[in-house]
Amino acid sequence: MNKCYINGIGCISAQKTFDGGFLNEVEVNTTEVIISAKNPDYKAFISPGAIRRMAKGVKMGIAASQYALKEAQVEIPDAIIAGTGMGCLQDSEKFLKAIIDNKEQYLTPTSFIQSTHNTVGAQIALNLQCKGYNFTYVNGAISLESALLDALLQIETGEAGTILAGGVDETSGHTMSLYELVGLIKHKDQVPMDILNPKTPAAVFSEGAGFFVLESQKKSTTYATLEAVGIYNTLRQNEVVSFIENFLTTNNLKPHDIDAVVLGNNGDVAFDGYYNEAERLFPSTPLVYYKHLSGEYNTATSFGLWTALHILKKQEIPQIIQKNQVTKHPIKRIILYNQYRGKDHSLTLLNHADL
Amino acid sequence: MPNKVAITGMGIISSIGNNVEDNFHALINGTTGITKTDYLNTIYKDTLKFGEVKLSNQQLESILELPTNHRFPRTSLLGAYAAAQAIESAGIKNINEVPTGLISSTSVGGMDKTEQYFYEYFENEAIRRFILSHDAGETSHQIADYLGIKGLVTTVSTACSSAANAIMMGARLIKAGKLERVIVGGADALSIFTVNGFNSLMILTDDVNTPFDNNRKGLNLGEAAAYIVLESERQVQKNNKKVLAYLSGYGNANDAFHQTASSENGEGATLAMQKAFEVSGLKISEIDYINAHGTATPNNDLSEGRAIQNVFGKKAPVFSSTKPFTGHTLAAAASVEAVYSILALQNNMVFPNKNFKIPMEELDLIPQTSLLEKPVHHVLSNSFGFGGNCSTLIFSKS
Amino acid sequence: MENLKHELKTKIIEALNLEDIAIEDINDDHPLFGDGLGLDSIDALELIVLLDKDYGIKLTDPKEGKTIFQSINTMAAYITEHRSK
Repeated sequence: MNKCYINGIGCISAQKTFDGGFLNEVEVNTTEVIISAKNPDYKAFISPGAIRRMAKGVKMGIAASQYALKEAQVEIPDAIIAGTGMGCLQDSEKFLKAIIDNKEQYLTPTSFIQSTHNTVGAQIALNLQCKGYNFTYVNGAISLESALLDALLQIETGEAGTILAGGVDETSGHTMSLYELVGLIKHKDQVPMDILNPKTPAAVFSEGAGFFVLESQKKSTTYATLEAVGIYNTLRQNEVVSFIENFLTTNNLKPHDIDAVVLGNNGDVAFDGYYNEAERLFPSTPLVYYKHLSGEYNTATSFGLWTALHILKKQEIPQIIQKNQVTKHPIKRIILYNQYRGKDHSLTLLNHADL
Repeated sequence: MPNKVAITGMGIISSIGNNVEDNFHALINGTTGITKTDYLNTIYKDTLKFGEVKLSNQQLESILELPTNHRFPRTSLLGAYAAAQAIESAGIKNINEVPTGLISSTSVGGMDKTEQYFYEYFENEAIRRFILSHDAGETSHQIADYLGIKGLVTTVSTACSSAANAIMMGARLIKAGKLERVIVGGADALSIFTVNGFNSLMILTDDVNTPFDNNRKGLNLGEAAAYIVLESERQVQKNNKKVLAYLSGYGNANDAFHQTASSENGEGATLAMQKAFEVSGLKISEIDYINAHGTATPNNDLSEGRAIQNVFGKKAPVFSSTKPFTGHTLAAAASVEAVYSILALQNNMVFPNKNFKIPMEELDLIPQTSLLEKPVHHVLSNSFGFGGNCSTLIFSKS
Repeated sequence: MENLKHELKTKIIEALNLEDIAIEDINDDHPLFGDGLGLDSIDALELIVLLDKDYGIKLTDPKEGKTIFQSINTMAAYITEHRSK
């Protein structure tokens, strides 16, 4: 079985995560409930003929993938595997609104074409002229993890040597309004909030893209190895501990083998209890959280993964993302745990590149 | 064939039948399911024809015994219906006795509700429970919950190749030992969104679809759900399971040509078929029947036809598109056609490519237009989606 | 006819989201597709809708667009002859 090295990363988010630094300049949101991602200059990545049709998600996905490929020094990967929770919302809404407002008349195809869930993966392939395997997973908060699991299996078996895998989600007016209606988004008077001590339900929403180059060979740019990905559809809070223990056991590990735990706390009092349960297994381990910087979206774990990879490479945890005061040196193994409203539970295990 | 994965169950609901047997009888009797719509509220209800499942949402809810406050959009209703059939067909009594997953696929998801209630959501609290049923993943969750599955549940969405890709990922997980069983396939309901989307691309016909015909004008949209159950060799031996057929080969490639159109030389399709052959270890001469994607759009049939010629040269086996029966069921197409491929293997039959009259000028290929009884050992099934997504599956006799 | 050509250029820039192109940049005679303005088959479909919505001309076969949309001149000529709005 081949090892799976993560050799390049690209992240677009509510923070300036595309400039190569690791949380040097951080903006902690105190006023908004829906945060837009910070943008690089997309024209540097996409031709004018193509960019004119693209909504934000596609642009973020292409830019993030270019950063990752460049870092890993890869021109054309063997496969492209994308994950998105909601797909291309902006174009979907645009086309749907046109249908309803114009009573099915005078409809133009561009936004329909751009609305298909696999548009990001397809556009990346078109741009690169990559004719290899191309999948898109669309399953809420495990969309990215499904892509990572698929990529991991292919690298391990040698089915592919270089895979670009990532996640992307965009915010969009109509859908965000609907989310507000059903109480998924915090009210404006509920921010600022202490994400680690939530008093109210719902989360602050955002958007972003995180792409990663996974390869069977180690490189000077290697951040870590991806060791395992676990996915589970639904758990009660009292099942979290055994979920994590079983995952570790399958990988011949015990909780004390883990040097940092990255958790997806999003400030939702109704569901962050899952993370409290997870923490019980790791009383003397650094605990990391990030959604106070990234906001919540189905593929926000791409930000968490980007964070974990930097922690492994730099061997330090910036104070702004550490929940407790424990330190561990060296940091050899990191586990990420995430869920959304009790569903789509994921565990991702990373090892230091030299382990 | 070292790479094959056992298929132990299947379930389907389509415009030509609500179960495997009814679909089979329609296929052998030549009874197509392309009609005017009974349920879609579209300006095209009198001008376009569809492959519609003739059960209303209320009827489906009743059959599934859902509570009144359920939030299943039509895609989930169809999906749960077919997936439950597949599990029963596989003789599974206790769904979680061994690691069992679900990999579903859809392009529509809960769009039928989203479009129906687009503005009404803001006025009417009672229907808001459908807001969270919009996304693709939610339909898979609903199907998994209906079946009682606890474990790995995920969703593929790559337009019209989706279900083939779900099947591929399921096979990969079984081979890697991550799952002992997996229910794989797809579901897509008709929706105003897709009707208008395809219409804006000018690839719908106002008649019945005529795959591989020189005068073909486009596709009929359809809806369906179909699932197959893949099991590890260990489970098959342990439970002495009847194997319906084997998934012996698969491949996915990207055309990287255009967002919606396929390349004229069928490069992506060619690559997908070649990959499937590599995985299966079969020779091209061993394929007895190709169930083509054959949507009857000018573009697909030319591209696919060229790809078949690229791969098989002058020795293409008999082939047909079954979309004149069912319409193009989008994400579910590949799993519908997986069921039909398995039926072909089990019954040694090739189903007809109906509505065909005139061979395409550009190709040396004529589809099989009548039901053909012949030994069928290996079937190749193609499904190609927007975004250049090309998938091929090879099924083999058990 | 000159007014129509100017109108067409404005509409094309808007409908096809050609952000970096000005009306002056579009030459009446130059090819709109391929090497000229660089439009593609998706743009052709958009223009077909434009013909219907703004000028009442319905094209049933997308292939007809190839000759009609060759240039601003050919578009203007066709519209002048067939418009019902």
